[in-house]
Amino acid sequence: MTPFAYHRAETLAEAATAAAEPGTSLIAGGTTMVDLMRGGVFAPARVVDISRVPGHDAVAALNDGISFGALARMADVAEHPAVRRDFPVLAQSLQQAASQQLRNMATLGGNLLQRTRCGYFRDGRSPCNKLSPGSGCAALDGANREHAVLGGSDACIATYPGDWAVALAAFDTEVDLVSAGGNRSVRLADLHREPGDTPERETNLLPGDVIAAIRVPASAASSRSTYLKLRDRQSYAFAIASAAVALEMQGDMVVTARIAIGGIATRPWRSTDAEAALQGRRLTEASALEAGRAAFAAAEARGANRFKIELGPRVVARALLNAGGGTAS
Amino acid sequence: MSGEQPLDLNVNGVVHRVEVDVRMTLLDTLRERLQLTGTKVGCNQGTCGACTVHVDGRRVLSCLTLAVMADGRAVSTIEGIAGPDGRLHPMQRAFVEHDALQCGYCTPGQIMAAIACVEEGHAGSDDDVREYMSGNLCRCAAYPNIVAAVRAVAVEATR
Repeated sequence: MTPFAYHRAETLAEAATAAAEPGTSLIAGGTTMVDLMRGGVFAPARVVDISRVPGHDAVAALNDGISFGALARMADVAEHPAVRRDFPVLAQSLQQAASQQLRNMATLGGNLLQRTRCGYFRDGRSPCNKLSPGSGCAALDGANREHAVLGGSDACIATYPGDWAVALAAFDTEVDLVSAGGNRSVRLADLHREPGDTPERETNLLPGDVIAAIRVPASAASSRSTYLKLRDRQSYAFAIASAAVALEMQGDMVVTARIAIGGIATRPWRSTDAEAALQGRRLTEASALEAGRAAFAAAEARGANRFKIELGPRVVARALLNAGGGTAS
Repeated sequence: MSGEQPLDLNVNGVVHRVEVDVRMTLLDTLRERLQLTGTKVGCNQGTCGACTVHVDGRRVLSCLTLAVMADGRAVSTIEGIAGPDGRLHPMQRAFVEHDALQCGYCTPGQIMAAIACVEEGHAGSDDDVREYMSGNLCRCAAYPNIVAAVRAVAVEATR
């Protein structure tokens, strides 16, 4: 691991000022940072520890939704009664992620910023346009079974592997930032970037931005929601394909659908096409699968990930039926 | 501040003042600096659970914990769970009674994870144990016996 200067911040404002300096990274749970630094993928000159900054780890009910402190631990929020009751998809997305040890360490804010599991990115020496812009993408014609079928480009097809961000993406989630240049809020939908020509830029955060809180507005669909995560193992594996769905129903008619998909795109992927395909219709196996297919209409396979274009819609459909209790057509 | 950093590590109730490179993990510090080699290096990348310890009462992966970030925190390792007279912790006894190990390499991590699993209330059924112990791999595949051991302790704890 490349040497670095270590500094412990006492407030997020202090961390923001420090993080604005080039070569500085924040560390909270450390589960991504320590791994990538030891692997030689990531080498900040200075690391600022925000794990002990008080006051940003609460789950708070708002008048019109729910707010999460960015330093809350995944394990705690996964078991929070209000989250389980009012936003089950959010609690499930946390509970189905990683392992209990990792959930005890990892924070909600840090989890949003996790990096891809692409083997070429992680080995630190293969051609990778994220690490070394212009060097190429080894995954395009390499071992790409887990790579993205949505949101990719000729420069990068690395999958965004997380669950929490996918579940949040189903709602109109806002992210509150503390920043040396002035605190502000951004839509979660605007936080993550597709690779395009600049895969090295994964988020729209500016140097010095620190995620302080995540706010999810209440919606009529949030309590009838679920997260379905399909993976090679029953537990402790990243999603091959996942779906976060929330439904507002009237009988078996879908009033509003919220659908986000994971494990298959270069960023958390909200699908308004899938939602529109289902709105105002009876929820059946057929309509659920139509919505699923609509989500993948623009999907592009690259080699070994072609199966995701068939699997993905089925995961969406199954999640919708789980949430809405649809009848066979 | 870079390079070496002094810190106080409270391990199994004893405070050790050590100076470590900021890059050193809690795992390596326990093993190499404090000679507490019960905690094992498995994958060293947070995917196997062999390095599981408790920090401030929570089970965590020591291979992904920088030692400096555990400064002042209460660390509990496999060496600290038996009684002062050497009497085995109930989880250790259950692992022996249910033959929940073969080579023993994953076992300290399994036991530390299992103790926490029961304390968290996540050992109420075989399926719960399989799910909440999924962060601990066992290449010898002692899993059915590990599940039995954890369940035995959980059931006993509710008596």
